[in-house]
This record gives sequence, structure tokens and C-alpha cells, in this order.
Amino acid sequence: MTAKTLFEKVWDRHVVVPETPETPAVLYVDLHLTHEVTSPQAFDVLRARGLRVRRPDRTLVTMDHSTPTDTAQVFGGKPIVLESAAKQIRQLEANCAEFGLDLIGLRDDRRGIVHIIGPELGATQPGKTIVCGDSHTSTHGAFGALAFGIGTTEVGYVLATQCLLQRRPKTLAIEATGRLGPGVSAKDLVLAIIGRIGVNGGTGHVIEFKGPAIEALSMDERMTVCNMSIEAGARAGMVAPDDTTFDYLRGRPRAPQGDAWDRAVADWRTLRSDAGAGYDQRVQIDATAVEPMITYGTNPGMVAPVSGRVPERPGDAVFARSLAYMGLAPGDALRDKPVQMVFVGSCTNARLSDLEVAAKVLAGRRVAPGVRMLVVPGSQQIKREAESRGFAEVFIAAGAEWRESGCSMCLGMNGDLVPQGQYCVSTSNRNFEGRQGTGARTLLASPATAAATAVRGRVTDPREFLH
Amino acid sequence: MDPITVIRSRTVVMPSSNIDTDQIIPARFLTTTTRAGLGSALFADWRYGPDGRPNPEFVLNRPESKGCQVLVAGRNIGCGSSREHAPWAMLDYGLRAVVSTEIADIFRSNSLKNGLLPVVVDEATHAWLVANPGAEVEIDLDATTITLPDGRAVRFPVESFARYCLMNGVDELGYLLSQAEAIAAYERRAR
Ligand code: SF4
Repeated sequence: MTAKTLFEKVWDRHVVVPETPETPAVLYVDLHLTHEVTSPQAFDVLRARGLRVRRPDRTLVTMDHSTPTDTAQVFGGKPIVLESAAKQIRQLEANCAEFGLDLIGLRDDRRGIVHIIGPELGATQPGKTIVCGDSHTSTHGAFGALAFGIGTTEVGYVLATQCLLQRRPKTLAIEATGRLGPGVSAKDLVLAIIGRIGVNGGTGHVIEFKGPAIEALSMDERMTVCNMSIEAGARAGMVAPDDTTFDYLRGRPRAPQGDAWDRAVADWRTLRSDAGAGYDQRVQIDATAVEPMITYGTNPGMVAPVSGRVPERPGDAVFARSLAYMGLAPGDALRDKPVQMVFVGSCTNARLSDLEVAAKVLAGRRVAPGVRMLVVPGSQQIKREAESRGFAEVFIAAGAEWRESGCSMCLGMNGDLVPQGQYCVSTSNRNFEGRQGTGARTLLASPATAAATAVRGRVTDPREFLH
Repeated sequence: MDPITVIRSRTVVMPSSNIDTDQIIPARFLTTTTRAGLGSALFADWRYGPDGRPNPEFVLNRPESKGCQVLVAGRNIGCGSSREHAPWAMLDYGLRAVVSTEIADIFRSNSLKNGLLPVVVDEATHAWLVANPGAEVEIDLDATTITLPDGRAVRFPVESFARYCLMNGVDELGYLLSQAEAIAAYERRAR
């Protein structure tokens, strides 16, 4: 038998009709995650063609992108301020009722960012194919699933047929050797990787993250890494499942139980790249050398160590334009840059361990005067746990805002916005122009860096606080 | 969807690399529940000033860009969010093809599904197009060529089934639905 990569094993299991020169493969989808922003037009297509949802049992629906994070607006003390968002929420409720789908609705205590609740509920599992009308679906690859983002037309295809037409992508192995140093996080590692291969370095590829530095990561951390695969242009990132994966999933509500669990684990253990399996490309990175990282430009590849400077690229007009937007100049130091906003949240870094590290930095300290800090947990369950473990108290005592879960200031659809021209250190994944609000200047970093920066009001290496 | 065979138009050029879908259509326009009327939001933050008036510097607002159906963009256009609102906004605005040296995966897939042609060309052809905004080009989907004003025809790759669908004005859903038996058999096999 020929040696196969992890990706090839998962792909091969899901081919319903093999690919030919004329037609792509028909690929079966095990789990379809759906949210309010990229689904309404897909339900319209079903309605127009008289189609039903083929597998409601394989469709997990929630709302996260445009939902308010203000407690009163979520729980009905106040109406939802953004009428267009309220309408989108009502539309999803109506579509779920009409098509017989269970909805994890606005006030459901299982609600949260779709890429956070899939794993939390145990619906995300090794070897599954998982899609969602959202590019950060790559997150779920941390479990050894093949998970990728699709557009709304394809959301309609999956609702109607549970399948997609796909050409087989290429593979890229990223091997992280060594081990991350103290105070250096998975976010720093993935930012360093994107800085190295570029925002298009993974285009057309599925990345497999491997090597000792990856194996040493917790599931939360692996999710952070896979989450940002798309920021390197790759549609999916994967990590081979191991005991860390199984320990995370055991006992979760939608994970297999009893004998089925044992059978599942035995099968999942086979989901590793065989020795000698070939990749289309390979990259190596030394994790030991990675430092806390922060972006300075308008894409995640424009990144440097916190201790570094904005590089010079004479003659590059696009680079110059990006720096002009950011109000930075080549040679500027990043450390000590004053900021006005700090956002800890998003599907990249709003899991319990992210909040824990932010709380550790903030404990006994205060957010600097003139800085507004938002902490938005990734799910309602994380919110409750952070409250019971005392993290929330730390945030509130420090002067940060502690909010209901959702995408929030990651993309500013719900009205949580960074004002024009202000600098925001954000634990999210995109520093695109205007992403956090028109004219907003985003600096992407880890939760530790974000919290340390909030305390000093200036970009800060978190290792100063973590000793 | 109307069948596509040939697109003839002048080009409009945006040479920046990595034009992401947040630029093509900012998130605040995504609370819509339909796909109609998004053209006015296309490149909103570049196209309009803070007062909502058109920014005369922005290329789409220049008189010579009026009616252009072919956008020539820098490398890696369409990166970022999977929002299909990006090709919807482009089509609603009147664009019919996007030419670059590299087009991000999800945006390319979304474009093909809506009849916006993603055309990937070599560096030299791209450099010529960037240096000659307003050039009259012809994109022939049957021949899979883009023809420059000097008559030089440059081939571009397009996935064969997507091309078939575009040329016949059908979508992939019909084909997927026709596979119902194979899908049911797979479901029985898989558990
Ligand atoms: S948190 Fe941000 S990146 Fe993640 S799903 Fe929400 S909007 Fe997308």
C-alpha cells in the first residue's frame, strides 16, 4: 500500500464519486456548520427550487457574527440596537423553523462562535470533513479533521446534498521543531509561520502542521494555529490526532460514548501521515527561536517580533501605502507604541486558556488610563467557566469590559468597533484595512501580549509580566 | 445565470497585491439577507470619503473607468473572508472578470459559481496589463484565452466542470442532485 498523508486518508474516506478530468470529486460532508451571515441566500435557493435539507442531523446552526455582546441586548433587557443585525437573527430563526433545523439560538447557553462551539460540543472529531460558510473553518483541522471554508452557493449545495464538488488540493507540511519558550504562544508561532511563507504561501494547499513543537501544544493552542492557516492562503490546516485530542473530546456531549468511543479512538489512531508519505511542499521552522510577535501592517504576513522594527522595503508602493494607513514608518520600533484599544476575543484566541493567560497578566493590575479593553469570550460556556474560575473578576477589576460571546470586534459587524485612526492590539486574525471599523489600525498579537499592552497602554513584551 | 462565452471590455487596474474581501465589501454591509444591490457597497471604504461622497482619486470613480467589465488586480486578490458578497458586489457593479497572477482559493471558487470569471495570467502579461490601464481585451471562455490589443492570445486555466457550467448557464447543484443515488449508497456504506 502506498504511504498516505493524513490529508489523503481523510479525503479518500469521503469521496462519493471520484474525480475525472471533466468533473471534480463529489466529496461527502460529515458536519456542516451554519451561521446567520452566509446562509440566508442559500436558504432562498432551497426555497426557490423546492429542496429540503438532506441531513439536519449533520447540520449545526448558530449565530455569532452579527449578534450583540452587550448583556442587555442579548437577554432582552434592551432591543438589539443594530436593526439589520436583528433582522438577520430573525431570518435565521425563521429558516431553521422552516427547514427543520435545531438552532443554537441567541439565548442558548451552548451558543458561541461557531468554530469554538463545534469542538466544545464534541461535534468536531478526527477524520471528519467539516465545512462552514466561513474561512476560519480551518480551526477544526486541529483535531485531524479536513475542515475548510466555503461560499454561500456551496452552503446551499451542502444543505441540499450534504456534498461538494472539489478538486483535490495540494499538500504542504510545516514542521515545527524545538519547543516554544516561556511566554511565547501558539499565536506567536503561527504569526511567525505566516511571516515566513507569506499570506499566499499556502494557496491551493492543505497544510499539515507537525513536529515536536506542534505535538506539545494543547488543543486550544492547536486550534489557534489551524485557525490562521487561511491567513497563509491555505484553505485548511491539520494536525494528526493523538492522546491530547482524545483527552479533549472524551465525554463531550456529541462525542461517541461507551463502546462507540473505544472504536472511534482505535480508528482515529490510524489518522497519521505514514512514514514516507509525500507532500507537494515542505517548510521547517524552529519554534525555539520564535519570540512574541505583533503585526505592523494590513495583512497578517506583515509581522515582526515585539522587540523588532518596521522593516524597510524601498520602492514597494503597496507596502508604503499599508504603512501610511497604519501611521507607521520603516524603522519604527514596535515596542512602546501607544495604543487606545485592546481586544481579547475571536475564534483565534477566546478560549478558556486564552482568557486564563490574559487574566494572569492582568491580576492585581489595571488597564492603563485612556485604553479601552474588551474581553469577549468565545462561547457562553467559556464565559461561565471564566466567571467561576475568577478570570472575569480580574478583568472587571482591571477596568476591562466583560461581554457576552460572539465575533464582536474581530470584524465589527455587530457595532463593536474600533474608532477611526485608533490603534487596537487584537487577539483576532485579520489586520485588514477597516476590518475592525473604518480607519481602525489593528495590531495582531497573542492574549498575553494584548493584556500586557493593556496594562502599560503601549505595545509590551508579555514576558516582562509573566515571570 | 446567463451563459458566458466572450467578454470584451476595457480594463480597470488596481495594482495592489493582497486585496482582501474586507476591502471588496466591508463587513457592515453583510447584514443583508439578499444578494441584490450590493454594487454600491463595492470597495466602499476606498470609493467613498467619510462624508459618503465619491473619492475622485479612486480608480473606479474616474470617468474612464465607467463601463469597464474587467478588473486587473495585483497578486492574491480575494484573500481573507469567504464572503460570497464579494463577487456578488462586483457583478452587481458591472464587473464580469478579474485578472491577476494569483487569485485566492475561496474567492475564485465563489466567483466561478456566480459567473464572475477569474483569469490567472503569467507575470509578463500581467505587467503589461497593469502598465496599460484601459486596454481593450477579449476573454474567450471557450478557447480559455485572453487576447490583448496587439492580438496576442494568452491561455488561462479554468477548471473544466466550472467552465462547462458557465458556458451553459447552469450551476453545479443540478449535477450534485443527480448523484443522489451515489450519495445514498455512500451514506449506507459509511454507517
Ligand atoms: S471570530 Fe472573527 S474570524 Fe472568527 S468566525 Fe467570527 S468573524 Fe470570523
